[in-house]
Amino acid sequence: MKKDNLVTVLKKDFKRNWMLYLMFVPILVYLIIFCYWPMNGILIAFQDYRPRRGIWGSDWVGFKHFKAFFTTYSCRQIIGNTLKLSLACLFFGFPAPVVLSLFLNELKSRRLGRMVQNITYLPHFISTVVVCGMVLNFVGSEGFIGSFYNQLTGSKGSMITRKELYIPIYVLSNIWEEMGWGTIVYLAALLSIDTTLYEAASIDVAGRWAKMFNVTIPGILPTFIITFILRMGRILSVGSDKALLLQTDATLEVSDIISTYVYRRGIHDQSWGYSSAVGLFTIVINITLITITNRLSKKVSGNSLW
Amino acid sequence: MSNNKGSGRSLFKRRRKLGAYDWFDYLNTAMMLLLCVVMLYPMWHVVCASFSDGVELMKHGGNILLAPLNFTFDAYKAAFKHSLIVGSFLNSVSITVGSVAVSMVMTILCAYVLSRQRVFFKKFFNLMIVITMFYSGTLISRYMLITQTLGLSDTFWALILPGCLSVYNMIIVRTAFEGVPDSLNEAAYIDGANHWQVMWKVTVPLCKSTLAVMVLYYAVPVWNSWFSASIYLKSREKLPLQLVLREILIQNNIEQLGLDAINIAASIEYAAMIIGTLPILLLYPALQKHFTKGVMIGAVKG
Repeated sequence: MKKDNLVTVLKKDFKRNWMLYLMFVPILVYLIIFCYWPMNGILIAFQDYRPRRGIWGSDWVGFKHFKAFFTTYSCRQIIGNTLKLSLACLFFGFPAPVVLSLFLNELKSRRLGRMVQNITYLPHFISTVVVCGMVLNFVGSEGFIGSFYNQLTGSKGSMITRKELYIPIYVLSNIWEEMGWGTIVYLAALLSIDTTLYEAASIDVAGRWAKMFNVTIPGILPTFIITFILRMGRILSVGSDKALLLQTDATLEVSDIISTYVYRRGIHDQSWGYSSAVGLFTIVINITLITITNRLSKKVSGNSLW
Repeated sequence: MSNNKGSGRSLFKRRRKLGAYDWFDYLNTAMMLLLCVVMLYPMWHVVCASFSDGVELMKHGGNILLAPLNFTFDAYKAAFKHSLIVGSFLNSVSITVGSVAVSMVMTILCAYVLSRQRVFFKKFFNLMIVITMFYSGTLISRYMLITQTLGLSDTFWALILPGCLSVYNMIIVRTAFEGVPDSLNEAAYIDGANHWQVMWKVTVPLCKSTLAVMVLYYAVPVWNSWFSASIYLKSREKLPLQLVLREILIQNNIEQLGLDAINIAASIEYAAMIIGTLPILLLYPALQKHFTKGVMIGAVKG
């Protein structure tokens, strides 16, 4: 076959696929406006941005905002809080669906299994506002958890205003919300395990635990690792949704995290450049972390995102 | 997938020669039942409290609630009479319906193009999309784009357009589209169908399950979101339900909203929770039969 030059290739391609390209126009427009245009956040982080003057007319200030952030008193506290909350969620929240799907997998009754699945999916559909409303009600001094706790410890007031309880409440309510939904990926991975492996194991008189450790767990390991890598990429970006709803002035010392700080400084105080710099810092850390985890996992287990 | 009833079922069917239960099975069953109780109780509490008499509920204090106290619809009646709750409910419905419609069209278009073979710019398109998974601006730059550059503040478009294409969902749909046998596409092309016709008449109908699940995946976060509405919407008559719920549940503004009548003061919060949750929860059973099939396939391959 004769090798065509680029122009002929493009012409042929366009003749065959022009309709596909036309279909892709809305997607391109969307990507450019809503995904690529906001990337100017990188530039704003190095500017004293004035909306009047626009990006090209504002003064460049170099690393001023970054320096300002890293020298503030609250910087350490906010990064520390974010890490604490994020790691607590990772340590307790991440394994929960894995463990649940392993136990679900061992259930002998199909009906019970299905029931557990459906019931544990339910909280995923409840909005953050409602979940936080429930949490505030339940751990309040009149709530069934709060009043029990107060009787037990002799303390007064709502549990949510106690600094040492903020993270446990946040993490536990997160687990309640997402544990069941999180099993979906693992159950899908369990389904894709070759049945013959179990049969072979049975012939070798492998018991329940031997099967679990030699067939089931290796079977879901790739999924586990991929989800873990993705999760690592979000370690500094704990969303502000729930934190903004659960935090009170009394717990600000432990509950103020990067995203709520960016929200306060950026949208409330309108320090555009400064909060863009903080946001950019988070993203750089996230990309670094996801790359490191990916490389490590590639080396150790052979599984990787790219 | 020969078993049409959903592959999720086979998980519990496989390698179960319903043998005798040993200690572990009993323990496991007990733990699962306990888990169900723990998961369900908070929701049950809300349901009971919403049907309870406010005064009784207040007297009851922090005790476990197993059934409604003096069963009554008062809280719901008050909620449905309240113009802000009803209005914001309707706003949420329009935002969700609009958002899902836009998202589905975008997702189908994008997934269709990227699932075709022999498209010269496909690699480039893919790269463009993958990059956005890592970085697509910060909260501040997006906020400035929408309020200053596009001037969309205080419109529903500010909630619908950004994020109307979820890369994750698109990948699931693309995987499903790629699973449509090539022979079907070829047959349609030979019959003179163009891409547009093949997309709507062959690909989309064959991937109904996956697309039904996508409706759920797009609708739930939109219905439940409050943050973007809180920064983009200014006028009170445009507020979505979740923001009104925030006023009632988190900021406890029930006096300002005129919802502090003594018989409902305590129960109105719970009724509001139910009103905010039920519509989206009802979507789940409606789409559930597609669910196991549609998602499992996407999840395994994607």
